[in-house]
Amino acid sequence: MSNPTYTPQELMVAVASREIRDRDLVFVGMRLPILAYAVARNAHAPSARGLFEVGLMRDQPATGFLGTMGDPPNVAGALWATRMSNAMALMAQGHVDLGFIGGAEVDRFGNLNTSYVGDHAKPTVKLPGSGGGADIAVLSRRWVTLMNHERRRLVEKVSFVTSPGHGDGTPGWRELHGLPGGGPAAIITTLCVLRFPEQGGEAHLASVHPGHTVDEVRVQTGWDLKVADHVAETPPPSDSELAAIRRFDPDGFWTRPA
Amino acid sequence: MAEAITRFVPDGSTVAIGTSLEPLIPFAAGHEIIRQQRRDLELVGPISDALFDQRIGAGCVRRVTVAWVGNVSEGLGHCYRRACEQGIPRALEVHDHSNFSISLALWAAAWNVPNLPTRTLLGSDILNTNPNLSLGFGVVHVGAVRPDVAVIHVQRADAMGRAHAWGPLGITEEAGLAADKVIVTCEELVDVDVTLSDPNRILLPETKVVAVVHEPGGAHPSPVQGYFKRDHGFYREYAEQSRTAEGFAAWLKTWVLEMPDRATYLKRVDVESLRIHHHQFSAPADFGDE
Repeated sequence: MSNPTYTPQELMVAVASREIRDRDLVFVGMRLPILAYAVARNAHAPSARGLFEVGLMRDQPATGFLGTMGDPPNVAGALWATRMSNAMALMAQGHVDLGFIGGAEVDRFGNLNTSYVGDHAKPTVKLPGSGGGADIAVLSRRWVTLMNHERRRLVEKVSFVTSPGHGDGTPGWRELHGLPGGGPAAIITTLCVLRFPEQGGEAHLASVHPGHTVDEVRVQTGWDLKVADHVAETPPPSDSELAAIRRFDPDGFWTRPA
Repeated sequence: MAEAITRFVPDGSTVAIGTSLEPLIPFAAGHEIIRQQRRDLELVGPISDALFDQRIGAGCVRRVTVAWVGNVSEGLGHCYRRACEQGIPRALEVHDHSNFSISLALWAAAWNVPNLPTRTLLGSDILNTNPNLSLGFGVVHVGAVRPDVAVIHVQRADAMGRAHAWGPLGITEEAGLAADKVIVTCEELVDVDVTLSDPNRILLPETKVVAVVHEPGGAHPSPVQGYFKRDHGFYREYAEQSRTAEGFAAWLKTWVLEMPDRATYLKRVDVESLRIHHHQFSAPADFGDE
């Protein structure tokens, strides 16, 4: 890490927050995206709303620390407390502009695995499963995933497609198979940002985080990575983004892991 | 509590529990299931926090029909991993769902139809591994899941089984309607005048409820809106100790098997430090009729 003033997780949160547009309805999920929503809402997206599958809609981010989306500070001051199927109804209707999904394995087309590493009948690693991930992947208008950039995670072929991205990468794959949402827009990792073409297909390297190189990204990626002609440097977290992150994660539970 | 579990959760039952996702998880009821050494259970749930992992590790479970099993704030469920990867303490059958599809499976049972159609899960391999999901006419058909019993924890209930819950409800309503029977555990046992003053807040029909257990703090370490905060540290300690089978066995002995009663448990976890003191009451609703 060339710049010791922020952690990789803090950079990922800042980058994720920039994916949120003002007035978006965001399916927030867990962990870093909860912070990303809070940062965006305090900066460039003051009219965004957050939707949580536990059965909540919010405008203002919760003021207290959140270990989960169902923690009391996320409920107090909510715009709507309801059942999960009502939150899913909005997403099924195409009202969710952006979703976040955590991933354990991803391939070049953005297909995500959070279920089984190896054969599902005899897995080498049993991962927790979909949660709402598969729902977001199919139904939200666009989505973004965040993960540690390691060769064992960015793989040629995922063992199991829990949450479908752009399928086999052929143009129109999602439409052909009846998936209503637009699919993955970006993969934000600890090293870089990968982006997908608007119409789907294969991810390309869009920007590299400060202190890292294209070669390093290539070495840590399990497929022959497409690289944009001009790879930008990811803008580091601004002072105000960092201040917001540290306000909502004061002890570094999510962003300064031991 | 012991009587409710003995009578209504026999071996081999299909049990919906932890249906509000992270809050209101009936840990006290789940621990009683472990103490009574229930076997061959099928657990049904959405995102399911450490209580699923604990009962899997204790050998109570034959199958999970579930969207997610782990430790929500810490990550992987170590007992779940051991069961799926090594068959320790026993092999586990997994019927994978997403949060939306397990909700639909329960609504299908609640409405007494064989399945419900949805677009979610199109393109997911979950369709290939769960025999209760099928593809037809361009949509996914989610087969009904009918629990024998749903166990829910709520803020307050009366002795007739009318439960008031507030905050996000996850899949609790469909789980309760789909189940043959409902066990309610509650922070406060209140007079019928309280519950009937707000019939909109009654979660489920009293005709489904077979037992009401007054169990203050019965959701610890999960949060209860207006009553208790979430005990994040307890989840972290569980994650660390359950990393090995031996560590889990020691954890289980300390916190479940040799715990004399729930009062002792609550004292040991210092539940008072988690109590919510800053109350925010909603405005009452006027049910006047003349």
